[in-house]
Amino acid sequence: MLYFSNLKTFSVLSVIIITLFFAVPNFFSKDQINSFPNFIPKQQVNLGLDLQGGSHLLLEVDTEEIIKERVENLNADVRRVLKKNNLNYSNFKVSNESLKFVVEGFNSEIQKEISELSMSNSQNILAMGDQTNLIITQEENTVQINFTEEFIKQSVSNAVAQSLEIVRRRIDELGTREPSIQRQGSSRIIIQLPGIDDPDRIKSLLGQTAKLTFQLVDTSVNFDPFNPSKAPIGSEILASDADEEFKYIVKKRIMVGGENLVDAQPGFDPQTNEPIVSFRFDRIGATKFGRVTQQNVGKPFAIVLDNKVISAPVIREAILGGSGQISGGFDSEEANDLAILLRAGALPAPLIILEERSVGPDLGADSIEAGQFAAIIGFIAVIIFMIFVYRYFGLLADIALIINLFMVLGVLSLFQATLTLPGIAGIILTIGMAVDANVLIFERVKEEIRNGSNMMNAVENGYKRALSTILDANITTLIAAIILFFMASGPVRGFSITLAIGIFTSVFTAFTFTRLLISFNAKRLKPNFVGLSKNA
Amino acid sequence: MLNISGTQINFLKVRVITFILSAILIFLSIGAFFVNGLNFGIDFKGGTLIEIETSQEIEISGLRDNLNTLELGDVQVQEFGSNKNLLIRVEQQLGGDQVQQDVVQIVKDSLGSYLSSDINFRRTEVVGPKVSGELIQSGAIAIFVAVFAMLVYIWFRFEWQFSLGAVLALVHDVILTIGVFCITQLEFNLPIIAAILTIVGYSMNDTVVVYDRVRENLRKYRSKEITDLLNLSINDTLSRTIVTSVTTLLALLSLFIFGGEVIKGFTFAMIWGVIVGTYSSIFVAAPLLRYLDVKREWNTTSAVDSTR
Repeated sequence: MLYFSNLKTFSVLSVIIITLFFAVPNFFSKDQINSFPNFIPKQQVNLGLDLQGGSHLLLEVDTEEIIKERVENLNADVRRVLKKNNLNYSNFKVSNESLKFVVEGFNSEIQKEISELSMSNSQNILAMGDQTNLIITQEENTVQINFTEEFIKQSVSNAVAQSLEIVRRRIDELGTREPSIQRQGSSRIIIQLPGIDDPDRIKSLLGQTAKLTFQLVDTSVNFDPFNPSKAPIGSEILASDADEEFKYIVKKRIMVGGENLVDAQPGFDPQTNEPIVSFRFDRIGATKFGRVTQQNVGKPFAIVLDNKVISAPVIREAILGGSGQISGGFDSEEANDLAILLRAGALPAPLIILEERSVGPDLGADSIEAGQFAAIIGFIAVIIFMIFVYRYFGLLADIALIINLFMVLGVLSLFQATLTLPGIAGIILTIGMAVDANVLIFERVKEEIRNGSNMMNAVENGYKRALSTILDANITTLIAAIILFFMASGPVRGFSITLAIGIFTSVFTAFTFTRLLISFNAKRLKPNFVGLSKNA
Repeated sequence: MLNISGTQINFLKVRVITFILSAILIFLSIGAFFVNGLNFGIDFKGGTLIEIETSQEIEISGLRDNLNTLELGDVQVQEFGSNKNLLIRVEQQLGGDQVQQDVVQIVKDSLGSYLSSDINFRRTEVVGPKVSGELIQSGAIAIFVAVFAMLVYIWFRFEWQFSLGAVLALVHDVILTIGVFCITQLEFNLPIIAAILTIVGYSMNDTVVVYDRVRENLRKYRSKEITDLLNLSINDTLSRTIVTSVTTLLALLSLFIFGGEVIKGFTFAMIWGVIVGTYSSIFVAAPLLRYLDVKREWNTTSAVDSTR
């Protein structure tokens, strides 16, 4: 076990040197690294948000809202078909996921018509080869219509994918530094924003679905804006964005929607110097808008954002150019944010913030400093203790420990794993535990010497006998680390990563590097080198 | 020169005492769990946590009274490391996930108008009811899975008697760690779960080393009385057990003293766990083998045997 062929020595040292090589950039500033020649790695350890400062948000797409919307569309489709076929229906019930009604003369023809209409209205959601998205059951005159489970799943999945894209666009528009936006599970989105410790603005940007519509104001009724009576059929009561108490009665029919916008930019009204958002429609939007404004000159129309009226200007003349502006008494930041929202598009469903964790840059820096200091002190204490107990062998174990630490750093940099505060704790814990493999070996060596072996044999056998114990002992810790890795997220996950890396590097260095050091001096070894008194 | 080698301490002689001691501690832990319960942090209970740093010293009770007028339910204010660093905890609000978000703004506004000094918001955490429920569940599952994985691993590598002894010692350690958090009422949050899992790994590591030696000695001394054999095995590995525990504790103590407030709870749990884990390997796991009727006829050339 003590004999190392040249090849073996070479490979052990290469592995160590290569790993250490990757740790190098961590000891230089970013500027210095940039001036390095190309063969030197440039990746530093990736710091977690808890160390570099930043914000972590966990969002959930409100999937119930999506299903509700689907059912509402279906509701409209079904009623249209029934009406077209002159069927009288009664007891029409809309529940969370289904429609139920009583009708006479419902036959397979009508069933087919409903299916086809529903299919054609959901083209973008259906998977290839889907025959239908509805389950229609009939019992005498009672008809129940459900969506297929597959369709619901697909709708939700589409909406989440779409939300992810829009969230990404909104955050990119703000010019955030290296944001990470990922989907988690079926309906969640994780956002990591390095360098942002007060995500208020982002939260408010994400908190709006930003559904923009242009609707005509219903001028057929007189009403008190602070206490409106019931809206006529085909109209709805909407609150003003500026003043919750002030209500408008607006026609439900949507003239043009936000999906027809191609651009929106913040600006200032040249006359009033008030911040505004100017926008441009695509061709379809421009045509629609032109037609409606032409027919309604002199009447007011409402610009509605998320069911609130931003403003309700009177149409002075037909707007045919396809562009316009919104002024709603906002300040320039609000105008800017609204422009961002309109450019990025509307979310298919509201987003709910489930979790927020934000760390300021000061705390992160303090944590790094405290962690480094604790590591150094712990390190010195362990080093002294090891020399005290194992003398010369202790010194070798200490050299291995130093190598070990840098290897952990190197592996972290190489794989770009994230170092977090608990991760630093993991490294410090590794300092304490990494010597264990060497301790097990040295104890065996001592024992062999006490049992009468000469030094060389004692070292040989010490390594041989300690092997299975070391593996067993480290595998148990590794199992714990792996379970932690899969169960945890964020900072705690960083702990499992450094712990696991530390286990590998410490077992590796004990079996190769320390042994190599001992083998270099094999001939000169004496019992007191391992901490035994000379006459033991 | 430190030399713990070659000791001949009769550990099993005191087994009745240590078993009783362990039983009492477990009883106390379980009792505290039902009487005091765990002081869950926002990870598991939901709510809002804000850490601030101020330019001047703050009179805590005044601030606490002020924040309690906001009608946000229970608001705790405590010093965090120094009297310019404060930790503000607001309990979870009724009304689902969305409502929790408003708390931060309300508290920030209130702090801004109440405190005259500059405020640096160092940390803001908001955990809604959905996530906190999931975290506590996955934390419990993780501990359970870890213990079970150890049971299987030891069973695979040794015999069922060893597996049972090791897991009983593990459960002992986990209960005592949770117990100390019930008694001290230190905050129990996500990193503590990580600490418990690490303790599970560490304690197992310690136990495995002793068990490994027991197995080896069982092969070596076929007719030795089991009590003597267990004593011998504990003594054989005692030096290693102590050295490794000391180095680990040295590192952890350094982290506890210098590592900052944020991970103090985590480090405390680890220190406690290392002490309990070391104790249980010597005084619980190994003596238990005496009662578990371990196999004496080990095949010395079995495939598992790589120690000679």
